[in-house]
Amino acid sequence: MINLTNLDHEFSSLVKEKSGQSIELCFQCQKCASGCPMGELTDYYPHQIIRMVQFGMRERVLQSKAIWLCLSCEACSVRCPNEIKIPAVMDVLRAMAETKTSGREKNAPVFHKIFLNSIKSSGRVHEAVMMVKYKLKTGDLFSDIPLGLRMFRKGKLPLISKGVKNKREIKKIFNRVEQKYSE
Amino acid sequence: MRFFYYPGCSLEATAREYDHSARSVCRNLEIELAESKDWCCCGATSAHSLNHLLSIALPARNIALAQEAGADIVAPCSACFNHLKRADKTLRENEKVRREVEEIVEFKYTGAINIYSLLEALVNIYGLEQIAARVKKPLNGLKVACYYGCMLVRPPEITNFDRPENPVTMDQLMSRLGAEPKLWSYKTECCGAHQGIVNEKFTTRLVNTLLEMAVEAGAQALVTSCPLCQANIEMRRNRTCTLPSFYFTELMEIALGVPVQKIWFKKHLINPLPLLESLSLVG
Repeated sequence: MINLTNLDHEFSSLVKEKSGQSIELCFQCQKCASGCPMGELTDYYPHQIIRMVQFGMRERVLQSKAIWLCLSCEACSVRCPNEIKIPAVMDVLRAMAETKTSGREKNAPVFHKIFLNSIKSSGRVHEAVMMVKYKLKTGDLFSDIPLGLRMFRKGKLPLISKGVKNKREIKKIFNRVEQKYSE
Repeated sequence: MRFFYYPGCSLEATAREYDHSARSVCRNLEIELAESKDWCCCGATSAHSLNHLLSIALPARNIALAQEAGADIVAPCSACFNHLKRADKTLRENEKVRREVEEIVEFKYTGAINIYSLLEALVNIYGLEQIAARVKKPLNGLKVACYYGCMLVRPPEITNFDRPENPVTMDQLMSRLGAEPKLWSYKTECCGAHQGIVNEKFTTRLVNTLLEMAVEAGAQALVTSCPLCQANIEMRRNRTCTLPSFYFTELMEIALGVPVQKIWFKKHLINPLPLLESLSLVG
């Protein structure tokens, strides 16, 4: 049921503007949903997310698991008869939801932040260190230890990564991007 | 022929055999790979998920390095290829973002650099006929399912490569190497991507379906072009399934007659040597 008092009438136009996508064109053909690899595994199908954006159901959209479980596989965007690039919409929704702690998906936002911090500190993603940090942060310490050890023994998780030479340059890029965002 | 080689982060770790075989194939075909020691991560899914500007700025820094080297970029990793190409399109078409990013990265975008996946560079630029002419050890008897995943072909307005629903480039390559590519309809179904780390049970479900379909099509192995696809396919599956998966460059190495060191195949989590030995493809 839709609670009319909770609707945010600016939400739809804001998402439209930030994503550059004509969200109002969606007529719920569900072609996106039928090809979505995550659709049946998460809380909303892509066409439902788009409908809720159209209606201004900001909180429900930004707290959904679906926006974080979207794989950006682009199957929906290739098939949409109205050429709505749903992954671009999902990017905008994730960025808007990033600071929310009440969202239903906890792990994916943590993963993305640790991934980006890894780039910020060395310019590249050090897969072994990134994985350990992620496992520590999410408290899921043991699930992948046997697999991790096998990878390590095969020399696929080197402990030392060179990273880029000019690490200050990378930090500068991150700082400038953050500055642009806060402007 | 000379390219600016952009290995990407995975090729330094989980996909070391891809890096090794990619370089080895290019050496064999006399393709020169210029590499800057200073390339940075493309930002991957995490950058575009949280910060659009960062997802343009990080690739832009690598495009700047390629501009200095004066060579087109070749990226073995499908995801790196996609993110670089996506950023390049924005820099080319959106003047406002271009100015912002030029300021952030401190460079001047020339638009002179093309970005190719390694598969595209080898098949479409170097040429299928030229590769076929160099085959010394045809992959006779090897039945493969070519798995393209998402990032190599979608969305087509970014990738500008092959067909988004039924790509054929890798099938043509495998065919010219002497292998038998099987028809199947899961060529571009997603492997589960980064959810392989975040929600592995979902990825396992997607990968198991891929493997079932490949087996049903009569394939003895999958062929991939993406480190994340390969990692998910090898790591996130029912233990009972032993269908191996190769990077396409590993099979090229064998077919081109490069003396193959078994140690590189031992890096796979699913051992491909029994299959290769049963077809006398490795000695």
